[in-house]
Amino acid sequence: MTSDHTAADIDRHVRVYITVFVALMALTLITVAISYLHLPLPMAVTVALLVATVKGSLVACYFMHLISEKKLIYAVLALTAVFFVALLVLPVATVHDGYWIH
Amino acid sequence: MLNVPLATFNTIVLISSSVTMVMAWASLMRNRFGTFRIYMGATILLGGVFLVVKYFEYSHHFESGEYPSTNNFLALYFTLTGLHMLHVFGGMMVNAYFLGPGSKQWKTNPEWFINRVEHSGLFWHFVDLVWIFLFPTLYLL
Repeated sequence: MTSDHTAADIDRHVRVYITVFVALMALTLITVAISYLHLPLPMAVTVALLVATVKGSLVACYFMHLISEKKLIYAVLALTAVFFVALLVLPVATVHDGYWIH
Repeated sequence: MLNVPLATFNTIVLISSSVTMVMAWASLMRNRFGTFRIYMGATILLGGVFLVVKYFEYSHHFESGEYPSTNNFLALYFTLTGLHMLHVFGGMMVNAYFLGPGSKQWKTNPEWFINRVEHSGLFWHFVDLVWIFLFPTLYLL
């Protein structure tokens, strides 16, 4: 993807990077500020992971250029996401009525 | 038990290093090798700051008698942050190579060099991405 970038493209990229940087800083401060509110645990987990997901998406989309990738890259990423969820579900699925299934 | 202000500082350090990394790549795309060296140097330096802060955090834990064997939470904390630090260190080594001996390629094959820096950046941003999730999960909840 190196040769098809013009100087103006890169200038536009750099402006986006600065905006994303400011957004990431703001979200970091927001997530820390929310943690001092001592919300009930389910609420706190939801909010913290939501903010982290937004921050992570910003990094992946703009710094890692995921927003302008080819279809194949998205397909590989989707496959990874499926296996990630499967790995998380696996231990949960082995619990029945609060006991581990041996 | 965990130091939230120190970890917030470290989060800001790592996010900043991601920005300097992407600026290093953008500098090469603009054909500015001198600027690339400054941004790449800053990226490595910020990685170093992250590790130094983490060293002080770990020292404080050990002084307070907090070890991986103390409880489940600390076992997970030390495993996750320890492995993360190893990846930060690995990324710093690769970036240092591209700042030092590896940068010779800029003269012989600039397009390959830009691609190498971009891929090293992908790794570095992923290490940042992992920290973005580790920070709230371990420190804020």
